[in-house]
Formats: sequence, C-alpha cells, structure tokens
Amino acid sequence: MKVLVTVKRVIDYNVKVRVKADHSDVDLANVKMAMNPFCEIAVEAAIRLKEAGIATEVVAVSVGSASCQEQLRTALALGADRAIQIDTPDNPESLEVAKLLAALIQAEQPSLVITGKQAIDTDNNQTGQMLAALLDWPQATFASAISLSGEQLEVTREVDGGLQTLSLSLPALVTTDLRLNEPRYASLPNIMKAKKKPLEVKTPAELGVSLKAHTRLIKVEAPAERQAGIKVDSVEALVDKLRNQARVI
Amino acid sequence: MSILVIAEHDNRALNSVTLNALQAAKAIGGEIQVLVAGHHCQAVAEQAAAVAGVSKVLLADSPAYEHRLAEPLSKLIATLGKDYSHVLAPASTSGKNLMPRVAALLDVAQISDITAVLSSDTFQRPIYAGNAVATVQSLDAIKVLTVRSTAFEAVAASGGAAAVEAVTASAVPERSRFVSEALAVSDRPNLGSAKVVVSGGRGLGSAENFALIEQLADKLGAAVGASRAAVDAGFTANDRQVGQTGTIVAPELYLAVGISGAIQHLAGMKESKIIVAINKDPEAPIFQVADYGLVADLFEAVPELMRQL
Amino acid sequence: MRESMEFDVVIVGAGPAGLSAACRLMQQAAEAGQSLEVCVVEKGSEVGAHILSGAVFERRALEELFPDWQERGAPLNTAVTEDRLYLLRDEQQALRIPDALVPPSLHNPGNHVISLGNLVRWLGEQAEALGVQIFPGFAATEVLYHEDGRVKGVATGDMGVAADGSHKHGFTPGIELHARYTLFAEGCRGSLGKQLIQQFDLNAGADAQHYGLGIKELWDIDPALHQPGLVVHGSGWPLQGESGGFFLYHGDNHQVVVGLIVDLNYHNPHLSPFEAFQQLKQHPVLSAYLSGGKRLCYGARAIAKGGFNSLGKAGFPGGLLIGCESGTLNFAKIKGSHTAMKSGILAAETVFAALTQEASGTDLQADFSARFQASWLYQELYQARNFGPALHKLGSTLGGAFNLLEQRLVAGKWPLTLHDRQADHLQLQTLQESAPIRYPKPDGVLSFDRLSSVFLSNTNHEDNQPCHLKLADPDLPLQENLPLYDEPAQRYCPAGVYEVIRAEDNTPLRLQINSQNCVHCKTCDIKDPAQNITWTCPEGGGGPNYPNM
Repeated sequence: MKVLVTVKRVIDYNVKVRVKADHSDVDLANVKMAMNPFCEIAVEAAIRLKEAGIATEVVAVSVGSASCQEQLRTALALGADRAIQIDTPDNPESLEVAKLLAALIQAEQPSLVITGKQAIDTDNNQTGQMLAALLDWPQATFASAISLSGEQLEVTREVDGGLQTLSLSLPALVTTDLRLNEPRYASLPNIMKAKKKPLEVKTPAELGVSLKAHTRLIKVEAPAERQAGIKVDSVEALVDKLRNQARVI
Repeated sequence: MSILVIAEHDNRALNSVTLNALQAAKAIGGEIQVLVAGHHCQAVAEQAAAVAGVSKVLLADSPAYEHRLAEPLSKLIATLGKDYSHVLAPASTSGKNLMPRVAALLDVAQISDITAVLSSDTFQRPIYAGNAVATVQSLDAIKVLTVRSTAFEAVAASGGAAAVEAVTASAVPERSRFVSEALAVSDRPNLGSAKVVVSGGRGLGSAENFALIEQLADKLGAAVGASRAAVDAGFTANDRQVGQTGTIVAPELYLAVGISGAIQHLAGMKESKIIVAINKDPEAPIFQVADYGLVADLFEAVPELMRQL
Repeated sequence: MRESMEFDVVIVGAGPAGLSAACRLMQQAAEAGQSLEVCVVEKGSEVGAHILSGAVFERRALEELFPDWQERGAPLNTAVTEDRLYLLRDEQQALRIPDALVPPSLHNPGNHVISLGNLVRWLGEQAEALGVQIFPGFAATEVLYHEDGRVKGVATGDMGVAADGSHKHGFTPGIELHARYTLFAEGCRGSLGKQLIQQFDLNAGADAQHYGLGIKELWDIDPALHQPGLVVHGSGWPLQGESGGFFLYHGDNHQVVVGLIVDLNYHNPHLSPFEAFQQLKQHPVLSAYLSGGKRLCYGARAIAKGGFNSLGKAGFPGGLLIGCESGTLNFAKIKGSHTAMKSGILAAETVFAALTQEASGTDLQADFSARFQASWLYQELYQARNFGPALHKLGSTLGGAFNLLEQRLVAGKWPLTLHDRQADHLQLQTLQESAPIRYPKPDGVLSFDRLSSVFLSNTNHEDNQPCHLKLADPDLPLQENLPLYDEPAQRYCPAGVYEVIRAEDNTPLRLQINSQNCVHCKTCDIKDPAQNITWTCPEGGGGPNYPNM
C-alpha cells in the first residue's frame, strides 16, 4: 500500500513571531523555518506503517516555493522514499493546496493520505478535510491512534470531551493530532542518504490546476495587550465576581 | 443576507457553543436559520427554535447523522448552503471536522476560528497560536466560517419562537462508520480544550501541595495546568505545562494559583476569557493580565475557595 | 558500537571561523582538481542560530576568501558613516571624546554594520555550494582519539535521552565522525576546546585567557531617529570601577543593535551585567535613540578578549583550534569576525597542505604557526597586545590614554608588553570586601527583566533531557559561593538559569538550575570562582534561535 504524507514549511515553533511595522504580515526574514510539528507526526505515522510492513512506499509532498525542499529532505531523512514539491508561490490558500494535492493523488493513487491537523502558522485546520471532500474520501481528523486490518482503517480521534473511534474504508485520509506519536530524530547518516533520494518538482499547470484567490489578507496586527483588571480583597468577593459579573462559574 | 448556523448537539440537547456562534451570526446581520442534523433530535430542534433571533430551524433527522460524521453531513450542508450567504458553525472539534469539507464542496474558502466580525465579508482570526491577529476578507459568494466561542457572548437561549421545518436527508454510501465513543465523564477534561483550567506554580512549594490544585480543579470540573517553574521543580508532570513550550490554552476561566506570571507562561494563556490570579506577592506580573486578582496566601485562599464553590 | 563516518576534515561549529575554513578547503581542492570530504557539525538548530555579535565588520578576510563577495550577495548592507565615542560620567552626564583622542583602532571607515548571524547564514550557503556537508542540529560532545593520542575526530551527542538517563522513544545514538584532521571552531570557551587545551597543555607559556560577557538587543526604532551607519561606543557608567563598554550601531531597516560588554575579571560579586545593561539603556546617550522603539531580540555570548598575550598553541596532533576558540579576537578594535575568518583560512591552507603531502608526519602546529606569523593577523594582534592589559591594569582613563599614545605614536611596535596573568575567575572579591549595588526595577519600556528577555532569544531545549550544566561539587554553590559571594551565578548568568530559592517558608535554600533558559553564552563555565560549573552541549538543536543577531 502506498502512503502519501504532506509536509509544510513553517516558522520554527520556538521562534516568536513579530508583526511587520506596515502590518502586511509577520516578519519571516532570517528566522528559523522548520517542518510543521503536526506534519512531523504525519511523517512518523507513515514511516511506522512502512516499518510495520503495511505501507510499501511513503511519498512526501509539499506545496510552496523551492525553499520547502528543505523540509522534504527532512522527510526523506526520516524515512520517506521519495518527495514531490508542487511549485507555487509561498502561502497558497488551503483550498488551492487541496486542489493541487487532489490532482496529484489522482495520478499517484495512494491508499492512505496522512496530513497534519493544522499548520502552526495560519492555524487553519482545513486542508486535510478539504482534500478528502474533493476526493470524496472518508476522513478521520485529529487522530490519536491508527490501526489497519485489511481494507479497514480504525482511527481513534480526539474530540471535545473525549475520544471517538471510526472505521474507514480505504482509500482514506487521516489528520494527525499531537498524541498520535512522538516523532523520531533524523540521524546524520540518513540526512546524507536523503540528499540522494528522488525529489520531483511539479507545477500547478502540469497538474491541470489554476490557482485562484478566495480570500484577501487585509492586515496582520499584534494581539491587543491585556489590561490589568481589579484586585478583590477576599475569596468571598472573588466568588461573587466570578458568579455574578463574569458568570463563568 | 441569510445565514445558516449549524447546531452543535448530542441528539438530546443543544450545546451552548451554538449560542456563541449565533452571536457571530447576529453581528453579520440578516436572517438567521439553524440546522439541526442528527438522529432522534427533535428536542434539540425545539431548543433551537426557542433561541432569540432564530427565524427558522431546519431539522434533518436520519440515522446517517447520528454521530455527526463529516461525510454525510458535509453533503447535506453543501446542498442546503447554496441558498445562503453565510454558513457558520462553532469552532469545536466537530465544526472543524465538518466545515472545511462543506467549503470544499461549495468551492469556497473556509475562514477558521473567527474572533470578530468587521463586516459581512471581513473577519478577524488569530494566527500563529494567537500571537498575531489577521483581518481576512472573503472574496467568495458564500462565506463558510467557524466561530471561536470564547470570543462571542452567548445569545439568549429563550425568547424566540421559530418554526421547525424538516429537510430530507440525502443518502450517502457508508465509507466511514462510527465504532465507539469514550467521552470523559468523571475524568478531568483535556487541558487544550477545557473550559476551565486551574494552574499551579512554584508557590505550591512541593508535589504534595500540588494536590491542592487537583482538588480545586475537580471541584470546578477543570483541567489541571502548571507553570514551567512548577514542572521544572518536579511538582507535576510536564504534559501539564501551560506556556510557550507547553500547551497553549484559551479557556473561559483560567485560575492561576501561586504563579508569578513569567512571559513564557503568559504566552500560553493570555487568550483566556477570564483570568484569575491568586498570589501572595502583590508585585507578581500575573496581576498585570488578571481580570480578578487576589493577593493572599494560596494555602488559605484555595481551601476557602473550595468551601465556597 | 556507534556508527562512524569518515571525512577528510571535520569542523566543529558553523561560525565565521569554521565556515571560512570549510570554504577555503573546498576552494583549494577545486583549484587542485581534487575531491575532498568536509563536514561541519553545528549545535544550533540552523546555521546562524547561535551567532551573536555586535557587529561592525572589517572586510579584509572576506575579500580574501570571496573577492566577488558583492556579486555573491554577502549581506553587508550598511557602511559605517560616523563614529562616536562617549564616556558616561553618571546616569545623565556624558563626555563625547573628540575624534583626535580616540584610539585609531576604534575608528571604522570602510567597515560595515552587519548582522553576523546573517553573514554566517550566507557563508553557510557558499560552503554548501562548494560541496561542504553541513549538519545543523548536531552537537559534537566528545573528542575521539587514536591510540597514539592523536585526535581522530568527534562524536555527536545521543538524541532522545531522558533527564534520568533512560532512553526515550526515538532514542538515536550519536555518530562518530572520523577525520584526517579536525578543526574546532566552537567559539569562545568551547566545551571540547577546553578539554583539548587541557589535554595538550596548549596554553603553556601564554597569559591566562580573559573574557567579557556581551549582552545584546536588537531594536526597531523611530525612523526619524535612525541614522544608518552611525556607530556609537562608550564606557563608564554604570560600570564604575569595573571595565567594559557599550555599543549602539544603526543598521538597516530602521533597526539598531545595542549592547554592553562587561569584562569578566570584575571584582564586585554584586555586579549584575544583565541589570547593568538594562540600566545603561536609560542613559540619554542611548535612550535618545531607543525611546519609542520596540525591542525585537535579546541574546548574550562570552567573548575571549585576551588577545595576543593569551594566544596559546592552536595545533595538536590531528587538528587545530581556530577563531575565538583559540582567542583570535582583536579587542583593541572590538572585532573578532575578520580575525576568526582569517584564522579559519590559514587553518584550511595548513590542513590542505598536510592532506596533500605524502608523509603523514607533518607538524601541523609548526606549519600553522609559520603561516600565522607571516600573516596580517599576527601583525594586527601583536600591535593590539597591550590594549586589554592596559585597561585592566591602569584603569579605563589611564589605560585609555596609554592605548591612544601607543597606537598613535608607535603603532604598537615598541618592545613594551603589558601582561595580565591572573585568570578572571580569581578576581572576585567577597561580599564583605564589596559595596552592594542596587539596580533600578525594569520599567518595561527601555529596561526589562531576565525572563522576558530570554523569551526574545527564542531559546528552547527539549525539556526532558539531562541537565547540561554540570556541577563538580553539587554542594559548593550553597556551602561556599552563597556565603562568600551570594552565589554570583544568580547575577552573571544573563538568562536566569541559576536561582537560589526557598520553596516554602521554613524549608532550606536550594540551587535551581533552569537549564532550558540557557543561551549558550558560557559565562558560568568562565566566572564561577571555584570553576565548579562545566558547560556541556545539550541535545543538538537546543539553545537560542537568533534571527538577525
């Protein structure tokens, strides 16, 4: 079975973002970029399926400019077999990414697609679901456990207030939540070997997709500074405020 | 403009996050209708009909919708949604699972987790884990949105008298099947999604004393968090760490007990709706972000708080 | 058994020295039509992540390495337009030193205000294009030796080790990197370099190395106050009685960098370099530019400033120490980047010659030493040899006058050499001998606390890993350092790593080491009066993530 896994290049989660002075976006000049943490979990999940003898091939895909090849090389170092960069300007919209991936998947015919549940830059949490809709595939988002028996994929999902388990027929799409696994480190010899693994570049035109804008980013601002509230002088006063003013208990 | 709000429910009762989403719908302006899709969920439809400002409730009652799986629901909503200018759902795990699928079927964008409505097509939403706020304009004819419930006040649950209209469920082949659900009943909620979080800091002094935080959390049905200082000092497990390198939370109520409020911690909780701080140091930075501050010895204040709750 | 990989040359540290050496090696190999396997390991998460410098940059070494640096897009964007030197007399008063009285070494015509981090990122790209294998996120944690004592290479640290030493899921053992020659370019007070200096007694005959702690911030300022290329230096307040000095450089994009270097031979245990720096920014000479601005980034790094007199041997069997690891910074100019690059170039030429010689018995140290002595680097460091000792021994006024006279009149060429032989950590006086120092509370506008500062260094370490700050005697901080010096680590650490705290009333004090905050400045390894703290490399990829520093 072939598994396709998606990878996004984002600002490293350790780096504080700063809004540009002109409010056009956040400033990414010379900041450390890395693979989106949820994508790392997706790559790890795919590699474990391969190590378990279930997956025969793991294909890593990223959509963006040539710089995202760095993250594809990381996926290859972690154990993906080959990589595909779909060459677009940076920050394509989710629906367009889903369309590009859908077109690629028609050609690649994987049985399972694993994506991160969201990217930590835009926090959209939508590309996987959109892709499943376009393919008319079943989906299991926010996965914390995956097991496969025959053509049935059983996925445990993290939902508000607990866990839900679904059974999907393949081909299917899974998006990863934090607790699905703990990603491995890329070893130094594997990073060297990854430089020789195949990395193919495809254009939207080759995939028959023309990109369209559905939204416009008007501005980006720093969040409002929180103001100090009031001091209460007793537990009684606190409980009263929480009950009758804030109404949160 | 006509707005369709997707009700969140468990087939028995309307989940209150729907009322927050309805507030966002009111801010957009126009006729507001609610879709209740589920199985044996007539009671939910009646509750929705009683909500102030709802003009009509659509009821899709079918076994296919019992577990609110995204595949059949998205097809239903995409079919209905063509007649609306806006389709909204709460940004719950259910709404997030469903709405992007709806948007893709309608060939429009989905704008996630909106926190403010600036106009009928322009919205604010947090990006980079709340470290920046984006103002986004939709260029599509149909706006598909999910709504962050803590950013909007709930509308009144009563005062309305909308008609309930049944809509026919569309048949879909079953390619995903519900197996089971394990909803936490007595266990504490998940830190990342809890409505109330009680966090303890270095002021607790020891792992034994940290039990006080757990007791207070149980009293409030809250998740337990901790500052990095408390985790580093070994008072509690590191998966409870709230902050820049831990979990980022935005509950309705965040109680910080014995936490000084280092910026690393504030980065992980400052999006909370109401912040309460209990600390004996009146200079602690946590008071600069707290809505309600109590300068007190936590070992006296917390037991007293538990008695009064 | 760990896996091993073989290279011709392994370089530890992707800074100016290491990357210049890597580039020069590949250039020579290309010229000679030979293939060469060169590997650079870097503990930072990416090339440039741990690089912090002022920096006013002198182009000399860069021009030698890449004469076409402009076409290659080296990020030298802001030429120095004006130099100013101040003596701060108190919190309000300042004396601007007339140009005629400024030592020539502190004039900067032809130099550029740069981000060294970005220059190093660019150097990394050049090196990769030349065929160098760079591995960021891999910390060299161990020197490997042949049976005859020759250095065989290094080993990278294990990844995925829990705090208790057990293996976490995803544990990945380190790799042995074997090389014919290994270059150590870890920067000032490198953890492996420190072992090599001891192992091969490389500092025999040289003065003790001297250090400074540099703390730096990057600010966005009001465009109306911004003067691209303006370079401001100064000394005095708030460091009366101790030596050090500040800098404030106007770069591009309406940004300035501001910093304070405090010499680590300071005596007063109450001194807090961090708080002194925060206080410094309130002075009108600095606040004139910073007011209304916004702080973007914070970081700190120790520098080796002993210069010529502290230079030990660079070579040992199997390799060389280069750059700030060997102490090539020119303190008279307050510049170490061009000298580090030059030492990397010289090392590359030495090693390449050794690699291409048939006989394996080349004396690397002798050859490197000959090349060094024939170079401008030697001339430059020799001429500056008295600058630091004069300031240390004569104080900043008299020492400054000495430096001016020496540079103006004899250009450092007279036979007099001042020595400063006592190590910095021995200079600390006890609490009883010292006057307390009170620092003002941060105002949250120009001055800040430690933790909100560390926040802006983007520092992180995988949380569940063994503490990388090793105490030889875990009881010494509380039993000796606390009563004698009020544990100075609480104040000299610019990242709030060391705290002496009482968990609850009535419980004993304890030392808490917040190793996750560590910005890898190495000050604790240098200044602890009992030399009780050893800085070791944490898991690769940890530490700061400096952008544009």
